[in-house]
Amino acid sequence: MKAKIYVTLKRGVLDPQGKAIRASLSHLGIDGVEDVRVGKFMEVTLKEIGAGEAHRLLDEACRRLLANTVIEEYRIEIGG
Amino acid sequence: MKTAVLVFPGSNCDHDAYHALKHVVGVDAEFVWHKQSSLDGFEAVVIPGGFTYGDYLRTGAMAKLSPVMGAVRRFAEDGGPVLGICNGFQILLEAGLLPGAMIVNDSLRFICDFVHLRSGTDRTPFTRGIREGEVLRIPVAHYQGNYFADERTLSSLEERDQVVFRYCDPEGEVTRESNPNGSARNIAGICNERGNVLGMMPHPERSAEEALGSADGRRLFDAMVAWLGERPA
Repeated sequence: MKAKIYVTLKRGVLDPQGKAIRASLSHLGIDGVEDVRVGKFMEVTLKEIGAGEAHRLLDEACRRLLANTVIEEYRIEIGG
Repeated sequence: MKTAVLVFPGSNCDHDAYHALKHVVGVDAEFVWHKQSSLDGFEAVVIPGGFTYGDYLRTGAMAKLSPVMGAVRRFAEDGGPVLGICNGFQILLEAGLLPGAMIVNDSLRFICDFVHLRSGTDRTPFTRGIREGEVLRIPVAHYQGNYFADERTLSSLEERDQVVFRYCDPEGEVTRESNPNGSARNIAGICNERGNVLGMMPHPERSAEEALGSADGRRLFDAMVAWLGERPA
């Protein structure tokens, strides 16, 4: 079973990379982009465990290592 | 008086810190590999700068899990002085020994330059004798030194006298222009509530001798020696 983890900066935390990318897009003439937020995507392959257990385990992994909850938030998608 | 300089995979200011302690200040210093789980016999701990574990995931995120960090936590709880410099500061933040986090500099540039620091408190072992308002000239070298904490944490840091250094101009004025990286409230260094754990982005070990352009950094190590000398056994 696979799981996807998305780690992004919290709203209110400055994302200079996102701002630079947004400015570059507008230099390319790609308008209509109001804001860009850069984050991390992790694909995790799990051992044979139930979806509930997988969620509990990955939530702990995010809290203790994969995300820094002072500045980041995370989202876990199980399955696929 | 024996001091520990921690060494992680990717530490690169460890020898500078060792040199400043042993050859400039003249105290006994020893490297301690991150796999060690004891700091018995040491009276102070320096976590040097570098790029531990290649900054994978986040700066300091991997290093916080090294066995030696358990020993650092116990050492700090016992009141032992701990100084985290640059990446060492980032590790202390990730380990939760100091509040807040680091994000990339607002300029998106790596900054390697001398800065001026305004001292905020002389109550830490490393700033004893450095009066509030004094200005030190010490270099920074980092890409992720933009200190972030929520407003409540920032106010609490100020109320509890935990802001040890702020970026300032040569006259000691804390201004927007003198903030090199976008740090909240110009914060360059903070201590824990008790005052024995100090984290700072600027490098005192790189400015401990006049030959390096400034000897202001030496004052932190001299302060530590004086503090340890007066500490009841």
